[in-house]
Amino acid sequence: MTRALRPIFAIALALGFAALLLLLLGFAPGPALLALFAGSVGSGPAWTATLLKTAPLLLTGLAVSIGFRCGAWNIGAEGQLAIGALCATAVATRALPHLPAPLLLPLVLLAGALGGVLLGGVAGALRARRGVSEVISTILLNFIALELVSLAVHGPLQELSGAYPKSDPLPAAALLPRIGRLHLGVPAAAAAAALVWVFLFRTALGFRLRAVGLSARAARFAGISPEGHGWLALALGGGLAGIAGACEVAGVTGQLYEGISPGTGFTAIAVALLARLNPLAVIPSALFFGALEAGAGAMQRSVGVPSVATQIVQGAVIVLSAAFAGARVPGAARSRSR
Amino acid sequence: MELFLEAALRLAAPLLLAALGELVCERAGVIHIGVEGTMLCGAFAGYAVAVASGSPLAGALAGALAGGAVGFGFACFSVLRGVDQIVAGTAVNLIALGGTGLAVRSLYQGLPPRAPVLEVLPLPGLAELPLLGAFFRQSLFAYLSLLLALAIALFLARTRPGLRLRAVGESARAAAVEGLQVRRIRVAAVCTGASLAGVAGASLSLGLADGFSEGMTAGRGFIALAIVILGRWSAAGVTAAALFFGATSALQFRLQARGVGVPYPVFLMLPYLLTLGVLALGGRGARAPADLGRN
Repeated sequence: MTRALRPIFAIALALGFAALLLLLLGFAPGPALLALFAGSVGSGPAWTATLLKTAPLLLTGLAVSIGFRCGAWNIGAEGQLAIGALCATAVATRALPHLPAPLLLPLVLLAGALGGVLLGGVAGALRARRGVSEVISTILLNFIALELVSLAVHGPLQELSGAYPKSDPLPAAALLPRIGRLHLGVPAAAAAAALVWVFLFRTALGFRLRAVGLSARAARFAGISPEGHGWLALALGGGLAGIAGACEVAGVTGQLYEGISPGTGFTAIAVALLARLNPLAVIPSALFFGALEAGAGAMQRSVGVPSVATQIVQGAVIVLSAAFAGARVPGAARSRSR
Repeated sequence: MELFLEAALRLAAPLLLAALGELVCERAGVIHIGVEGTMLCGAFAGYAVAVASGSPLAGALAGALAGGAVGFGFACFSVLRGVDQIVAGTAVNLIALGGTGLAVRSLYQGLPPRAPVLEVLPLPGLAELPLLGAFFRQSLFAYLSLLLALAIALFLARTRPGLRLRAVGESARAAAVEGLQVRRIRVAAVCTGASLAGVAGASLSLGLADGFSEGMTAGRGFIALAIVILGRWSAAGVTAAALFFGATSALQFRLQARGVGVPYPVFLMLPYLLTLGVLALGGRGARAPADLGRN
């Protein structure tokens, strides 16, 4: 099988596995798959939904890819996205709500990025300084971030009437410009993929990050600090995921609430692995999972198959693309500095 | 105070069971971050079987079997096919969350019945002890978790298979040179460990609660991973760490019930913050099995 076909093979296997499970549980897989298809790429509005779902998956998929490329297991994109959304909302609705758009929007995005950098950076620092496994710390930080969002929308960021656990709507000046029914974040996310590719494959720093991922030991002998670069990879990834969160509140939801992310940060792992951690390949990979998510809603509405079924596809794609599609994670190089 | 101790052990039991399972896995050199998903499968299978059969014991057994099956699936990919363990474990979590969610909705059409639970079983005599009696007024799950802690400690330290398991975890290559069946031992360790996680799940749906709800493990599987690190990869340490977490959640419920004017997300955040803090302060010096995470 040619290399290019392998991810498609993994997707087909995963869909087959999900169909089998649906059949076992008494759902009809045929209509479910059709509804999935129609709801994701079958019409103009379906494409809009797909592309809107794709943008955060793309950014978080890049976040995960950068980490994994450096041998740093960033399982925390979910929390980094949530914190990004939280910081962006705080700036837009509380700190500087009266700034004009040319100032406010960049600040909102920056706040999102900084929130993510902070969360990713904490995991990176704990790993570099205290030897705490980033797998555990990023998972724990996910929970902490989600509770922080909950705390914020019940407290300092709660909307004026105080009746609902959500924030005030973002001022118009904080919203992303729209292109038809899409927001600017969608093309920007694709551009980010190109930037990350250039960073990883055409800059010295990117080279060092990858070197650490390929062999932390060899990198150390070459004078490249695995700890420092691991920290950087986690913080950078956090920043990308944080921007994804900011784009969600400033482009899609217009306000912050609990459960702002439907597991985007976990799907991101599937996105990154299906793309074999190649930033450019993350674009089609995110598009696939975006379509899956957009279609899942339609599937639930029209044929009554719960949308959680797509998580099975995501999980299956993760292990199948790793097992059969040659998704090489530089994992043998798990940094074991002590 | 006695009520507090009682609650502490009751809340610690699922964590202890899951963490002991993870301990067995990790000592064999396999890190299984799909504990959360495995627990969910155990919770669901235990619930479904208990509802169907009317017997919570049969449910607990089903939880163990379901956990073992999930572990076997994980091992097929990670140990046998060489898929990275973190990657395969992440997949387990996603598939389990989706699969159990789908199953509970399709089987019970939105009206899941209540499950029969394993009742509290006071041990005659011991249960009347002052203070310590709290540890003897528990459900079978709690007794089982403490007994298993002892059994696993002895198994790892004092038996030949235990020694082999540790050898495989420290250096798979050296163990292979010695003629040990590395993969077979790892698959067995993963299946055993995962079946404990399955029982831990069943102890949630048939003990702490009397039913199954989507995502009911609520992060306990991840706390179990942290407990293994805090417990420094020993059964005694894991037991102490699990009891500590049980005690903090018991304390958390107390404070919450008293309404100390702290918003509830803070309480929900507490165990994770605490874990992170303890790992940051106490993680150093602990040594993981040398071949942990390597295929």
